[in-house]
Order: sequence, then C-alpha cells, then structure tokens
Amino acid sequence: MRKTILITLFAAIGALALAQSNNVIKIATVSPLSGEQAALGEMIKLGAQLAIEEAQPEFEKLGFKLELSPQDDQANPDVGVAVARRLVTDPDVLAVVGHLNTGVAIPSSEVYKDYQLPMVSPANTGPAVTDRCYLDIDRLVGRDDVQGPAGAEFAVKELGAKRIFIVHDKTTYGQGIAEQFKKKAEELGAKVVGFVGTEEKSNFQALILQMKAKKPDFVYFGGIYNQGAVLLKQMRERGIKATFMGPDGLDSSKFVEIAGEAAKGAYYTTVAGPPDRYPKAAAMVKKFKERFGKAPESFAIYGYDSAKVVIKALKDFVSFAHRKPTRAELSMLIRQTTMDGVTGHIAFDYKGDRKKADYFVVHLKEAKYPGEVVKVISFPAPASVCKAIR
Amino acid sequence: MLDVLIQLLPSVLLEGLILGFVYAMIALGYTMVYGVLELINFAHSEIFMSGAIAGAETFILLKSVVPNAFLLLTLAVLIGGGVAALVAILVERLAYRPLRKRGTTNRLVPLITAIGVSFFLQDLARLIEGLWHNAFYRRYPTFNVFEKSYTIPNLIGYLVIAITLLVFFWVLIYFFDWLYKTLAKGKAGLGPRTRWYAAAALTLLFLVLYRAIIFTDLGMTIQMKSILVIVVSLAMLYGLNWLVHKTKLGIAIRAVAQDMQTAALMGIDPDTIISRTFLIGGFLGGVAGVLFGLLYTLVHPYVGFIPGIKAFTAAVLGGIGNITGAAVGGLVLGMLEMLGGTYLTFLTDGAMGTEYKDILAFAILIFILLFRPQGIIGQQLGEKV
Repeated sequence: MRKTILITLFAAIGALALAQSNNVIKIATVSPLSGEQAALGEMIKLGAQLAIEEAQPEFEKLGFKLELSPQDDQANPDVGVAVARRLVTDPDVLAVVGHLNTGVAIPSSEVYKDYQLPMVSPANTGPAVTDRCYLDIDRLVGRDDVQGPAGAEFAVKELGAKRIFIVHDKTTYGQGIAEQFKKKAEELGAKVVGFVGTEEKSNFQALILQMKAKKPDFVYFGGIYNQGAVLLKQMRERGIKATFMGPDGLDSSKFVEIAGEAAKGAYYTTVAGPPDRYPKAAAMVKKFKERFGKAPESFAIYGYDSAKVVIKALKDFVSFAHRKPTRAELSMLIRQTTMDGVTGHIAFDYKGDRKKADYFVVHLKEAKYPGEVVKVISFPAPASVCKAIR
Repeated sequence: MLDVLIQLLPSVLLEGLILGFVYAMIALGYTMVYGVLELINFAHSEIFMSGAIAGAETFILLKSVVPNAFLLLTLAVLIGGGVAALVAILVERLAYRPLRKRGTTNRLVPLITAIGVSFFLQDLARLIEGLWHNAFYRRYPTFNVFEKSYTIPNLIGYLVIAITLLVFFWVLIYFFDWLYKTLAKGKAGLGPRTRWYAAAALTLLFLVLYRAIIFTDLGMTIQMKSILVIVVSLAMLYGLNWLVHKTKLGIAIRAVAQDMQTAALMGIDPDTIISRTFLIGGFLGGVAGVLFGLLYTLVHPYVGFIPGIKAFTAAVLGGIGNITGAAVGGLVLGMLEMLGGTYLTFLTDGAMGTEYKDILAFAILIFILLFRPQGIIGQQLGEKV
C-alpha cells in the first residue's frame, strides 16, 4: 500500500515537474553586460526585457510562462561561443536575441545553427552574419557594406573630405567597416593617406604623430566608443583638427562622456537612429523610461523589436498548436514573420536580412548625446551570393 | 617625405619621454621588491591599478567639494598612493609572508602566487566597482589647468634634430670604420676625433640639403599633465635614491637585501623592513596609477596589465634591482615604442602598422639583453637595490 502511494507521489511530482518545464519558454539575450562595451550591450538586454515583460500576461493566458534569460558574452568570441553552447543544452531556450559584436556573433551563431536555435540580431552589422544564409539567423539592422559606403559618400560629397586617415580596431566589425569605407572613399576620389589597425586603448600618440606627418583633413575610426573616444580626445589635445567620423560603435552616450568637449563636431553613422526618429516608438520610449529609469539608447529599440518578432512568431504558433514549437519550427516561422515594429515594417529576405533597413548619419553639434540626425537613407539589403566562411 | 619625418622627430622623442617616465614610475615598484626579496611581484600591476581607480574615485567624489585642481590632484595622489600601499602591504602579509615563514625554497612558488594574486585583485576591483556603480569604467575628469598646452620653442627641436643626426652619422661612421679595419687588417682607420669631425660635417651637409627642416614650425607642444608626470617621476627617482642610500631605513633595506639572516642578527626585523619596502613600492605604484589616469583618461580593473608588463620589461632592461636602471629602462622602452609606432608605417609604406611597435621594441630589447644580460645599468654582482 505504502509502496503504491510512494510511486503515485513520485509520478505526480515527476509529471508536475515535466508539465512545468513544458510550460516555460525562455528567450535569451546575449550581449556584453560587463566590460568596456557594457553600455551598448545592456541596452539590448533592457529592450528585449521590456518586450518580454509586456507579452508575459498574454502567454500566461495561453498557459505558458515566458521568461528572459539574460547572458553576458563580455564582447569576447570565446565567451560568446561558451554561452551559446550552454544555451543550446537548455531545452526551454527557444530563441536568442543578440549579440552586439559581429566578431562574437559569427562563431556563436555556428553553434545556434547546429542546434537550429533561432537567433535574431538587433545590432550585428557585419555582412557575414547573414551572408552564410543560415535558416536560423536573422537580423533587424542594416549591414556594414551599406553603412560604410554611406558614411564615405557623406564624408566625401557633403563634408568635402580629401585626405582621409583611417584607424580601425582590428576586429571583424571594425576592420570590416573601415575597409568598406576606404573602398568607397577612394572610388569617390578622396585620398586615403593612412590605414592603420591598433588594439591600443590608452596611448594613441604614435598614431597621432603619423597624422601630424600625413596632415589628413578627415579621420575615420572603425571600432567601438571605448577606443574611439579616447583617440578623439588625444587627437584634439595634440591639435589635430581633422573632422572625425565613425560607425555605429560610437553610438553611445559614453562616447560623449569620455571624449568630453572633443566630441563636439564629430559625426557617426548608425543603423539604429535615436528613438525620436521612430514615430511609433514614442509609447515604448515612455514605458522604457518608467521601467528602467533611463532613456533607451542605440540598440534598445532594436532589442525590443527583435524580441517582438520572436514573440509574435511564438504566439502565432502557440495559439494555433497549443504546444511549444520546436526550435526548427520557430526558426522557420520567424523568417516568414512580417509585422510593423516600432522601428518600422519588418520582413526578412532569403538570407535573413531585413528587406529594407535604415541608415543614419548623426552630427554631434554640441558635446551632447544624442546628436542631430543630418541624413537618413533607406536601403534594401544587397543581394549577395550565399557563402560559407572557412 | 624624409624632411617631414625628421621634423617629426623631436615630437616623437618627447612623447617617448613622457611614456618612458610613466613606465619608469611603475618599474620602480618592481625593482624595489626584487631588490629585497628577489621576487618578481607580478601583482604590482594590480597595485598600480588600485591606485588608479582610487584616484579616479577621489576625483569624482571630491570634484564639487575641492575648488582647486592642484589641491584635488594632491589629494587624489595621496589617496591613490595610500590605497595602493595598503593593498601592497596586505598582499605581502597575506600571500607572500606565509610562504616565506614556511621556508619555501622553491622560487617558482612565490612567483605563481604573485600571478594568482594579480588575477584575484583584478576581479576583486571589478566586483567592488560593479557593486558600487554597476559599471567599472572610471573616467578621470578633465581640468583646464592640466589640459593646457605649452609651446616648446622650435630652437630646442632643431637642436634635438641636430644632435640626433650627429649621433646617427657618428654611429654610421664608426660602423664603417670598424668594418674597414676588420677587413683590411692592420690599417689604422680614422681616429676618434676625425670620426666626430666627419659626423659633424655630414650633419651640416644634411641640414643644408634639407634646409626646409629648419625653416618650418615644428609645432611641439606639451600639456601641463605631461609636465606633471615628468616632474613627479623625477622627484620619485631622486627621493627613492635618497631614501635607500641616505636614511636609516635605506640602510636597513639594503642590509635585508644583502643577507636576511645576518641583518636579523644585527637587530633588524626583516619582516618589518619587507613590509615597508612593499609600502614604498605600493605608494609609488599608486601615484603612478593616478598620473596614468590623468594622462590617458580611462581606467578599469584590467588597466594595469599592459603597463605592468612593459614596466617589468623596463626594469629588466635597465637592470632589475637597480633604481636608476628602472628609470633608464623605462625611458629606453618608451622611446623605442614611440619611434617604432610612428616610423614603422612610413618605413614599410603601410605594410607594418602601428600595431607592430611592440615587436620592434622587444626585438631591440632582446638584442640589448644579448650583450648585457644584467641590464643596461645593472651589475652582475654586488649590492642590490
């Protein structure tokens, strides 16, 4: 008798546990939450968190528990892959919103692809992220092979840059976009007087001395704000007056904070415009401020929309099938999802690129973030041949 | 192009000098501890870092309270140095002393401990900063007084160029003279005075050919904060030399460095002396950290690693255990780095960028150590510190 009771009890507990784990759906965000690039990474997490918290009551009604699983990749490819390997072993994790760095996203997405875990990227601009044509990898933002040339066109045609000195941080992202910029600038007739990579973080004097010799009228930095801001500050300290420009890696209030007065007059291109450029985002911005006590920056609204796409696909499936989708099913569903997000209309092409993405040129007229958008370009993702990378 | 490169030379040397003094300040700490314990205290880079972060916190907290920038800097230097000294003493007390008391003779054990302590301190600082601010990148505020640039007269720049050319040609002549004497055995070659005359003539000829160099503005500037770095590190160097050679504490330190047991027999407590050595080294490291932050703006728990490695290299290059050697090593390394970083790109037409500067610096370092394994100033035997 006692045995029967025990067995029933265990079976009940087991069933309960099973049922519970069956009801949990986790969406993971993977971005740098610690380290020098945490300011950008945290925005992705907070954006996604807001979207998930909004959707939780609805999923509750459908009988599912929607959860956020925030992960830290430290902007480091090794850590990113380790996190990815951990995520794929958790059966409740059905989708990933992330990463921040292209150089981290590429190796990590190889892991997601092997387990068919869908990843929606709110921030990776490197062309290679989608050029591999993985069914599970989509992205919401524009590409560096548009962003870089767009920046170069603005620099040469509208700012009249003639002698350009290019510095990059030797990462997949930084060097990639710097090369795109260089190619286009040379095409348009400007002279590239220097193309230098550096991992230096504090002392840029050697580079600045080179600038003194080459006398550029324009300096482009391919990389992230933690290096770019220090470089810009030291350039101005040593009297280099050339116009300064960089890609979306500079799009953070920290850039202005570190560079101080030197940030005045700098330009950056970005794939995620300031929230006031998106009319539909007003409500979301308000909620964000109320919830987290700070204004959304850079990739926050893209983090929000990435999570929204995943949530929409999930909801469509769950309300129809009354069960959790498999990862492969969700991947396919996300690719076919079309919706109007706060960043505009969202639809993916055959590679997983957004069919039409926006690119912004921002001018920091005062040393204050965010700057003023001086140009917006809406451009379809270039059709490229699918290729594997090594 | 050549004239542009030569015009750049005084600025390059100046920047190298500033960087060199930064290295020298940190190198003093390595050298002090090595002199006494024959231990390479790899945790010194983290002691430096804790000073830098403590200094940043002081600046940020007291910026609105203390009106005068120099007073604020003094406070930051004292607090940064104090915190770093405290960390150094604690490290010695908790990590190195127990090993010493156990009579560990294997010299690898304290070395590995030092590396472990280094990692521990990095993450401890990250934890504290993370709990405190939820961000561990601290930015030094900018003050107009420190940012102010002073123009250096062009005449000094021209002089530097002339002297560099003179030395360069002299080395060239010396080399060919030596080659000639070696190849044609028994021939006399040039005398020492003739070599200098020839070098001077070549320099003059060069300057006449490239007279554009002398008729352009070199545009050399130096910022107040760089001047501060130079002044403070020179003061540190002289102060430390005075302390080690002229005071009672210095005599005790040297005694412990020479022979711990005998020193103990003479009434010196080695533990106290070692503790004080760590205190001095730590304080200097902390002050270096504050000035480093002031110079380069951003500090974080991992900021110590690269400057630490470079300063350690500088200490070895100059002759580890020797105070003047640390400064000389720092200056040489700083200059080499800046020269390589600036000129490699031009010399290789962009094929080797600034990122190769360390390769050049370290290649020359290996070369120097091949001929002087004891370092530039170091002595093979005799007294340490």
